[in-house]
Amino acid sequence: MSGTASSLPVSDDAAPVPPRGAGKARRRLRWLASTLLTACITLLGLLIVTFALGRVLPTDPVLRVVGDRASQEQYDQVRREMRLDQPLPQQFGAFVGDMLSGDFGRSLVTGNPIAEDVVRYFPATFELATVAIVLGVLLGIPLGVLCAQYAGRLPDHLGRLFSLAGHSMPIFWLGIVGLLIFYANLGWVAGPGRLDVAYRYSVPTVTHLLLIDTALAGEWDAFRNAFSHLILPASLLGLVAMGFVTRMTRSFLLWQLRQDYTLVLRLKGLSESAILWRHALRNAAGPILAIIALTYAYLLEGAVLTETVFAWPGLGMYITDSLFAADIPAVLAATLLVGTIFMLVNIASELIQAALDPRSRSV
Amino acid sequence: MSIASSCSRWLSTDTPATRIQARLGATYRLLRRLLRHPIGVAGLILVGLMVLAALLAPWLPLADPVAQSLGERLLPPSAQHWLGTDTLGRDLLSRVVYGARPTLAIVAMVLVASVPAGLLIGAAAGLWGGWLDAVLMRLSDVFMAFPRLILAIAVAATLSSGLWTAVIAIALTGWPPYARVARAEVAALRRAEFIQAARALGVSRTRLLLRHALPLCLPSALVRAALDAPGIVLIVSGLGFLGLGLPPPAPEWGAMVAEGRAIVFEAWWVSTLPGLMILTLSLGFNFLGDALRDVVDPEK
Repeated sequence: MSGTASSLPVSDDAAPVPPRGAGKARRRLRWLASTLLTACITLLGLLIVTFALGRVLPTDPVLRVVGDRASQEQYDQVRREMRLDQPLPQQFGAFVGDMLSGDFGRSLVTGNPIAEDVVRYFPATFELATVAIVLGVLLGIPLGVLCAQYAGRLPDHLGRLFSLAGHSMPIFWLGIVGLLIFYANLGWVAGPGRLDVAYRYSVPTVTHLLLIDTALAGEWDAFRNAFSHLILPASLLGLVAMGFVTRMTRSFLLWQLRQDYTLVLRLKGLSESAILWRHALRNAAGPILAIIALTYAYLLEGAVLTETVFAWPGLGMYITDSLFAADIPAVLAATLLVGTIFMLVNIASELIQAALDPRSRSV
Repeated sequence: MSIASSCSRWLSTDTPATRIQARLGATYRLLRRLLRHPIGVAGLILVGLMVLAALLAPWLPLADPVAQSLGERLLPPSAQHWLGTDTLGRDLLSRVVYGARPTLAIVAMVLVASVPAGLLIGAAAGLWGGWLDAVLMRLSDVFMAFPRLILAIAVAATLSSGLWTAVIAIALTGWPPYARVARAEVAALRRAEFIQAARALGVSRTRLLLRHALPLCLPSALVRAALDAPGIVLIVSGLGFLGLGLPPPAPEWGAMVAEGRAIVFEAWWVSTLPGLMILTLSLGFNFLGDALRDVVDPEK
C-alpha cells in the first residue's frame, strides 16, 4: 500500500532518462536500496522509541531489581551493571548492540532471559495468526470476486456490510461472545487455552506448533483437541482478515474490469466469471498479495487482544502478563519484536508486489 | 416551504456571488449526495446518536453512572434498569451512555492532532518537492511501519498516565496516511494554472501552501478521517479492556467489557452490551467513511 502514493509520477522534475538496459537494472537496484534504507531507519526509530520509553519510567529500575532494603554498594553495583551511570548516547549504543545481538535482558519477574521467553511464546501467536489468515483468504477472495461480479447489486451490498462489520469488530469482545455461544451454550469447541491438560505432556515438542507436533507424533486425539481449541479464536481473527481481503479484492478487480483487455475478452465471448477468475484475478494478484501481507501484520497485532481473551499462551499474552507484573523490559522487548516483524512483513509485501508487477518498481 | 426552496436555490447556484456562498454551496451539495446514500444515512444516524448521547448525557433522565447499590447487583434487564446492573449494582444503561464520552473525546483529540499535521506535511512535500519531499515521505514511511496498537500499549503502560499519553501514541502513528494522500493530490496540481498564477502574483510560500494548496486536500482528508475513526475507537477500547484506560469508577466501554468478562456465563449483559456500543460506534464511522468515499470521489 505504501508504494502507491509515493510512486505517482511527479511530472517534469523526473531525472533525465538513463540509457536503456543498464538504466533498468540500476533503477531496480536503487529501488531496492531505498526500500532497505527505509527499513533500517524504521528499525532505528523503533529502537529509539523503546529506548526512550525505558528511560522515562516513573519508577527507579535499579530499585525494582535490588529491592528497597539493599545497601548503597549493592545499589551502585546494579546501577553500573545496568549501565545507568553512563551518558545517554553510550547507553543507547549499548542498548542497540544488545538488541541486535538478541540479548533482550532479563525479565524482572521470572528472571529468565527475555529472548528465551519470547521464543517460547511466539509460535503460539504464529500458529493462531497463520490459521486465521488462511481462513480469511480462502473465504475473502471468493467473496471479493462475487462482490465484483455483482457490483452494485444485492450480493455486493451484503458483502460490503459484512466486510465493514469485520473492520469494526472489537476482537476482544467478539472473543467473549464467541466463547459464550460456541463454548458455553453449544459446546461445539474447546474453551480457553491451547490444549487440554490431559494431553499437555504427551506430545513431544518439535516445532512448538501444536497442530504440526501432534500430527507428527501421530497423536490424533491430541490433534483434534488442539484443533478444537484453535478453531474459534482463529475463525474470529479470520473474520476480521476476511473483511479487509474481500473489500480490497473487490476494488482491485473492479479496476481490472475497467481496463481494455477485459473488453476484448468480453468481445471474444468469455463469460463474466471466466474473465474474473481466470484473467482479472491473475492480473490483480500482486496488489492482493500485498494486502494479504499487510493484513497478516495487522493480525499479529490483533492477536494481542485475542490471546488475552482465550488465555492463548502467545506473545500477546506475554505482553499483557508482563504489563500487569510491571515488567517493563519484557513489554518493551516484545514490542520491539512485534514491531520488527510488522516491518518485515510490510517490506515483504512491497517486494512481492514489485516482483509480480514490474510497473510498481518505476520510482 | 418557499424559504426552504429559495435557500436551496441560493445554495445550489452555479454562479455564487461570494466566497461564503460558494463554500456553503459545496458543503450543501456534498450533504445532499450523502443523504441519498443509504449506507451514508445509516452512518450519520449511528454516529449522530452517539455524539448526541455523549453531549447530552448529564441532562438525560439517567441514573448516576458511578452510584453503587450493592442490593441490586447483577440484575438482568428489566423495566427499572433497561440494560440491567453490573457487579456493583450500577445502572448499565447510564454507564453505557456515559461511556460514549471518553471514547468520542479521544477520537476527536487524535483527529485534531493528526489530521492538520498530516495535511500540512503532505501538502508541503507535494508543493515544494525536492529534498524536503524525500525527507518528509521517508519519515512518514517510518511512522507508518509502527504497529499502532502495540505502541499505544507500550506508551500507556510505561508512562502510566493513562489515556493522555495514548492519544500522543495514536496520533504519532496516525498522520502518515493523510500526508500521503495530500502529497499526491498537491503534487498532481503543482503545475496547475491557478497555482502558477498565484505564484506569478507574488503570493508568499506560506500563503500558497495554506490558502491555495491545503484546501484542495480537505475532501479526501474528511474521508480518511471517517475511516480512521473506527480504528481509534478500537484501540482506545482495547487499552481500556487491558486496564490501561481511565481509572476504575469512570465508565469506559473497554473497561466495562473486561469487568463483565469473568461473569459472562452467569450475567451476559454486563460484558456484551458495552461491547455492542463499541461495535456500533465504529460501524457507524465505517459506514460514514465508506459512503463519503463514494460521494466525494464518484470516480473510484
